[in-house]
Amino acid sequence: MSAPSLAAADLLYRWLARQLSPEAQGWLEAQREKLQADPSDRQLYLSVSLAQRKVGKADLDLGAEDFEAAASVRAGWRPVGWSVDQAARLALALTIAAAAPERFPQRMEQLFRTADVGELVAFYRGLPLYPQPEAFVARAAEGCRTNMRAVFEGVSHHNPYPAERFDEVAWNHMVLKSIFIGSPLYLIHGLDDRQNPELTRMLCDYAHERWAASRTITPELWRCTSRHATDDTLNDLKRVLDTGDATERRAAALTLSTSPHPGAGALLQTAPELVDELETGSLSWASLVRDAGLV
Amino acid sequence: MKFIDPHVHMNARTTDDYEAMAAAGVVAVIEPAFWLGQPRTSVDSYIDYLSTLVGWERFRASQFGIRHYCTIGLNSKEANNEALAEAVLEILPRFASKEGVVAIGEIGYDEQTALEDKAYRAQLELAKELEMPVMIHTPHRDKKRGTSRSMDVCIEHGLDPSMVIVDHNNEETVEETLERGFWAAFTLYPKTKMGSERMVDIARKYGSERIFIDSSADWGVSDPLAVPKTARLMLARGIPEADVYKLCYGNALACYSQSGQIKAEDWEQPAPIDQRTLFEGNSVLRGQSPRIDDADRAADPLAGRSVEEMAID
Repeated sequence: MSAPSLAAADLLYRWLARQLSPEAQGWLEAQREKLQADPSDRQLYLSVSLAQRKVGKADLDLGAEDFEAAASVRAGWRPVGWSVDQAARLALALTIAAAAPERFPQRMEQLFRTADVGELVAFYRGLPLYPQPEAFVARAAEGCRTNMRAVFEGVSHHNPYPAERFDEVAWNHMVLKSIFIGSPLYLIHGLDDRQNPELTRMLCDYAHERWAASRTITPELWRCTSRHATDDTLNDLKRVLDTGDATERRAAALTLSTSPHPGAGALLQTAPELVDELETGSLSWASLVRDAGLV
Repeated sequence: MKFIDPHVHMNARTTDDYEAMAAAGVVAVIEPAFWLGQPRTSVDSYIDYLSTLVGWERFRASQFGIRHYCTIGLNSKEANNEALAEAVLEILPRFASKEGVVAIGEIGYDEQTALEDKAYRAQLELAKELEMPVMIHTPHRDKKRGTSRSMDVCIEHGLDPSMVIVDHNNEETVEETLERGFWAAFTLYPKTKMGSERMVDIARKYGSERIFIDSSADWGVSDPLAVPKTARLMLARGIPEADVYKLCYGNALACYSQSGQIKAEDWEQPAPIDQRTLFEGNSVLRGQSPRIDDADRAADPLAGRSVEEMAID
């Protein structure tokens, strides 16, 4: 088992120990020891599925230093919005990974296969922590096919796994589906770095579909079109500047300001008030998302 | 008035049903694992079905402001496929402790065969081990004897009757069920089970102690509004409101809350957004707003309708 998985398990157990009641903590410790002594399928299934009944569903209390600790054991790991049952389930699963590493992917797949909603969210959030991460690519893509939004966001939000492991098809569909179901993009790890020409085309096509149907378009869409903007993309961004609302126009300006397309600068200059905002530093994707109520 | 339908197979119902149930006051449903009309031939399809009950169906219900719980078990019909039954019994422990599983059920007898008996007993032992309530499906045929036998076997295995629900009671079985200390559930199901006027008579005769009603609505001709309809009928026939409240809400809650998995706060004080399941999500509605705010809720489909229209025969 790789060091990050072990360190992550230790961190999870430590966070839980300071928060759980003595009774719940006693149960969790007993399960940990049982799994170390007897890493059997039955013990694993029972421990993981009983976790919610034994430790409850309270939010996992984490402070700034905890997020730093998380990022230092596993780059990109940000356990935002976790609950204690999720932490306990993953700690127990990672215990099994240490006790019987060679069978871990297959047993994790069994857990996925019979998971309830809460477990699915937890198991997908755990993707960056698993040893043999290459074995989970198909499962992660399956998580993106769900109709349950929380499960989808278990893969897509605050999770470095997709950016590291997804091929272009899986990545692009994850981004497009996020827009389709109204799930914010800014919480996707690696969003800017994984831009590609095909994604730009898909997003612009989608924007045209929405325009044709007189529907609104999330301003976040344009963010992923900057690096590989084409002449057509610039025409679309001009349309946003000409006809969009204030938030959409700010999104177009942000997109143009980071685009290497030779015509981007000139187009941006047609909206001088937005150039001012950019230059004073008061305009960013973070502020745009906050002002648009996407947080 | 708010209602719980403690036995309804929502997997077989439409979103119109969810909407109507929510509008009529149903706040929570319990969906027992059962057979699908068509027998399953492999444990894999059973796994997928049970996964649906603890996953997708719960999410679907939440879109309409209804809390969904379930029971996990191998039904009596499919217990007769020995190879399937053994494989299913093997995987049940993986599902029994999932979130929102309020009992082992529905289990019991259909034809009262040896294989049914074996599966029933194995599941009673599982319920005992996990300290969970048991929901018993009593047989359609040879009902009286099958109901007695179901209770005998529970006692033989050392289960406390206060942890066991005997479902699908009728005039012939209710007395023994109550006398022996079990919970007595009644199913308002057209043609084959209880009718609602008969239920009014039961309520008059036996009161509301340890009795509750359900719809058992499924893929057959059945009525997902059976509980709110029968409540209205009982009130119109002079059954005291406190009794109607217990029969249509309070008793089912008290009974299944012994699992620790269902409580009134789940729907009375829900978190604005449940981080684990995002109960505000809306993927079922594909663009429409989820009906979770009272202000948005559709009108009660039973409001202004006559007492006669509440009848289920």
